[in-house]
Amino acid sequence: MTGPLVAVLDYGIGNLRSAQKALQRVGADARLTADPELVARADGVVLPGVGAFGRCVEALDSSGLTGVATDAALRAADGGRPFLGICVGLQLLYEGSGECPDVRGLGVMDGRVELLPGDVKRPQMQWNRLEHRADHAMFEGLDGEPWTYFVHSYAPPIGPDTVATCLYGDEVCAAIARGNLWACQFHPEKSGDTGLRILSNFVAGLASVAV
Amino acid sequence: MRTVRVIPCLDVDGGRVVKGVNFVGLRDAGDPVELAARYDSEGADELVFLDITASVDSRETTIGMVRRAAEEVFIPFTVGGGIRSVEDARGILRAGADKVSVNTAAVDDPALVTRLATEFGSQCVVVAVDARRSEGVASGFEVFTRGGRTPTGLDAVAWVAAVVALGAGEILLTSMDRDGTRDGFDIEMLKAVGAVATVPLIASGGVGDLDHLVEGATEGGADAVLAASIFHFGEHTIADAKRHLAAAGVAVRPPGA
Repeated sequence: MTGPLVAVLDYGIGNLRSAQKALQRVGADARLTADPELVARADGVVLPGVGAFGRCVEALDSSGLTGVATDAALRAADGGRPFLGICVGLQLLYEGSGECPDVRGLGVMDGRVELLPGDVKRPQMQWNRLEHRADHAMFEGLDGEPWTYFVHSYAPPIGPDTVATCLYGDEVCAAIARGNLWACQFHPEKSGDTGLRILSNFVAGLASVAV
Repeated sequence: MRTVRVIPCLDVDGGRVVKGVNFVGLRDAGDPVELAARYDSEGADELVFLDITASVDSRETTIGMVRRAAEEVFIPFTVGGGIRSVEDARGILRAGADKVSVNTAAVDDPALVTRLATEFGSQCVVVAVDARRSEGVASGFEVFTRGGRTPTGLDAVAWVAAVVALGAGEILLTSMDRDGTRDGFDIEMLKAVGAVATVPLIASGGVGDLDHLVEGATEGGADAVLAASIFHFGEHTIADAKRHLAAAGVAVRPPGA
């Protein structure tokens, strides 16, 4: 493969293969890795995550990747090498989560992840429309209110970095971006052509930052 | 907004789709991955692969299928059949499945549901419940295992409440009375189970036409509707199903979105 090198942080949780395969489909040389040296020379970093917040924090820690992920996310937020968080990989960027109040997140983003409010089924496990989309490179080539697949019971607060929301009981933060730090509460790797387009937009950004 | 998912189910035996698949234009109608990719392109919201052989020596075949599916299918898919341990589930998930479904193994060992949820998260754990009408249990719906052959004495409503408490993230409820009849879902059973299922509920068993999908979502209150033969035989496409649901006022991801 000759595409940009994407390090998909492999800290032993859930299904990382689908993220890798989807990134490969859109032209990246995506590798599952826990090797800090490989991460250091990658053109982009992806932090996936499924399951409980506390377990992901613990697994990231025991893989020795907490510092690597934090530094990569901070650098991206400052306009450096691109970083993409997916699902719990987005949630980990915050200070903590109502799901596991005693566990600290990476603290790259301010605020805490909280339980989806209202009288709704949790998890939200369905396709939903992205609304209030910012005019952001993440959504290049997508029209209207594209549909993406969500599986989550918690979500970060809506704030200045929110670039899309979805409606589930209340308005819910669906994606954030700060500098070259992108993160999606939905699963782009499981959102059909829409998701592949978002990943393709991420990969397109790697080439431009890399040179 | 709640949107109802449309889920085709593929029964797989030794790596081949069973239940008369009659698709025009597939190079190999028996290849589960090719069929899955077709459903993906038609707008299916998720897929379920049910490995009905589930013998020990079929595990490698199944893992191979899951690996190939992960390269071709970019919507969520669940794999069920023969998963009896955390290690079985890990193999399937690492190969690229998004969720695993357990049925008989959960009845035999309910703590398995908790072990799976603890290890992989509840969102990965689908508990499949096969039930029939029965005088013997309070709700009138009894859980059966081993492909609907073995009565368990468990009340389906109580069992669903129990597995949700144990960590199930989703319930796949099949009416064994209706399965294969094409008479429609068992709506009463869906309502009874839906009253205790605080996690998403997939309706299964009995779909013979597109109105049945609407009934499952509206009267039955299901979060997702699963069908096999109406799609496999080419009578209806996923897009037909989506349009029919939308016309009846059920929110769905539109075909082509």
